Amino acid sequence: MRPSKLIALVAALLFGAAPIYGNPQRVVSLNLCTDQLLMLLADGDQIASLSKIATDPRTSPMAQRAQGFAINSGDAEEIFMQAPDLVLAGTYTEQGTVQMMRSLGITVEIFAPEQNFDDIRQNIARMGQLLGHPQRADTMLRDFDDRLAQLTDGITQRPRAALYSANGYTTGAETMAGHILSAAGFDNIATEAGISWGGTLPLETLVMLQPDLVITGSTYPGHSRSEEILRHPALTPLKSITQTGAKWVCGTPAILDAVAELQRAHPDKGAK
Amino acid sequence: MRLFPILSILLALLFAASLLVGHTTASISDSLSALMTGDGPLGTVMQDIRLPRAILAVLVGGTLGLAGAAMQGYLRNPLAEPGLIGISGAASLGAVIALQTGFAGLFWLALPMSALGMSVLAVLGILALAGRQGRSLSLILAGIAISALSGAMTSLVLNLSPNPYATAEIVFWMMGSLSDRSFDHVWIALPFCIIGGAMVLSLGPALNALSLGEDTAATMGIHLARTRLMLVIGVAAMIGATTAVAGAVGFVGLVIPHILRRWVQARPSTLMWASALGGAVMILAADLLVRLILPDRDLKLGVVMAILGAPLFLHLIYKTRADMS
Repeated sequence: MRPSKLIALVAALLFGAAPIYGNPQRVVSLNLCTDQLLMLLADGDQIASLSKIATDPRTSPMAQRAQGFAINSGDAEEIFMQAPDLVLAGTYTEQGTVQMMRSLGITVEIFAPEQNFDDIRQNIARMGQLLGHPQRADTMLRDFDDRLAQLTDGITQRPRAALYSANGYTTGAETMAGHILSAAGFDNIATEAGISWGGTLPLETLVMLQPDLVITGSTYPGHSRSEEILRHPALTPLKSITQTGAKWVCGTPAILDAVAELQRAHPDKGAK
Repeated sequence: MRLFPILSILLALLFAASLLVGHTTASISDSLSALMTGDGPLGTVMQDIRLPRAILAVLVGGTLGLAGAAMQGYLRNPLAEPGLIGISGAASLGAVIALQTGFAGLFWLALPMSALGMSVLAVLGILALAGRQGRSLSLILAGIAISALSGAMTSLVLNLSPNPYATAEIVFWMMGSLSDRSFDHVWIALPFCIIGGAMVLSLGPALNALSLGEDTAATMGIHLARTRLMLVIGVAAMIGATTAVAGAVGFVGLVIPHILRRWVQARPSTLMWASALGGAVMILAADLLVRLILPDRDLKLGVVMAILGAPLFLHLIYKTRADMS
């Protein structure tokens, strides 16, 4: 055994696997949500590249900041040539790419999508550990919990709201969007319709349930029949707002911005 | 002749059923009073969701049946059907181009006009390629070419759209659906259906004369060029407008005239009226099936129509073969 390998082995036995190489210096992210956490917790020079949708303002709340970093297309060859010492991926990242990275000896860490506030806390803490900045993660978690408490404070009424998107798809209370809605002080109409995760809520059912508020997403450019349902005349008598954008996608502190924006339509938080 | 009363009663019954079937269960009397008054959420459901859907089913079915009967009468070929010979596909392409380029948003006639324009091109192409005699082989070959080309172009336009949902809608434009259509769509389609329908129905005497052959028709004082022009514009207007709002629905124009022909002694003028009623009945029934079989899955109208229509089409081919040999 060569001396360098021996040292590494001893170090691994003493400090656990991660610190062998110290803090990762060239981190590649393949997933929009790991992009966000990486930008929030890493030193700028730790970031080798971000996923290609990190710069799309429709899906990425930190699109502006992402402009300053290199972008990867998610292609194994390209990533390998960037010589990363840590690759961050999501559960739904192309499995072939992940296997290829691992067989090339690159550490790949997989993050599951956050479904609730606890998932967010866990992923923030884990990202802090991986990047070697646990104290940054701790500070972020404290701020997160303080702000969440502040936002949920003083809510007495719970109006009934529906999250409604293209093709009549609604999102239930168990999802991240459902938790945002709940934290903002609304009850989710999907629960009344028996939907706890996500599913199609027929337009007729939505109209008959008479929600106090319909929350729709902003539409994409071009045209789609799927989105026409959001402009259907049957929705006109209902109060509706357009929300759900980039801030709703990933479990980062930006979720709280989504809660705050949604609360502009809440009677206890100043809406009429 | 009892055909027309029977078709009219079926139409009325299915129209009522179409208004009464949906995700929301309410009593017939509650539903009907909500339909009249428009009060409360049930009123919105009846007036804004179910009524336009039922009306569109009648428009789409009626125009497809009528267009099929007219094309078959003119070409004296039972295979001439808007879906089969590419007119619906071309209308879809026109609609998709108008929607994706934003042209449809400029003024409310832009969408049906664009679909109509493409259908006119398709009908002219078919007539040019198939010849006035409408021989089966050249008609079908021309139709297949135009269908395939317009289908491919529709897919291409949708694939290039910046909208992530657009690609999934290739199915809608090829199969058709009436789910969650509103009165906006009815107003877009209605004027073209009325004008196109009137133009085509006025051709009854000419088509009757044409069934005796072109030379005979000409000696009977039928103006062939004028008949042809009226037919092209009338069919394109109806198919263009309904396809622009409901997608391309196949088989109606083929199957309905085929079923009804023997009841009207194969007179094109009567067959057109009967096929309009019959087409409306068939689409209303198919749309009811769509809602009853898989209410949550937005089953496409064209799927049901193909399941019902394909066996009849095969039967038609089998009979044609028997006649030829």
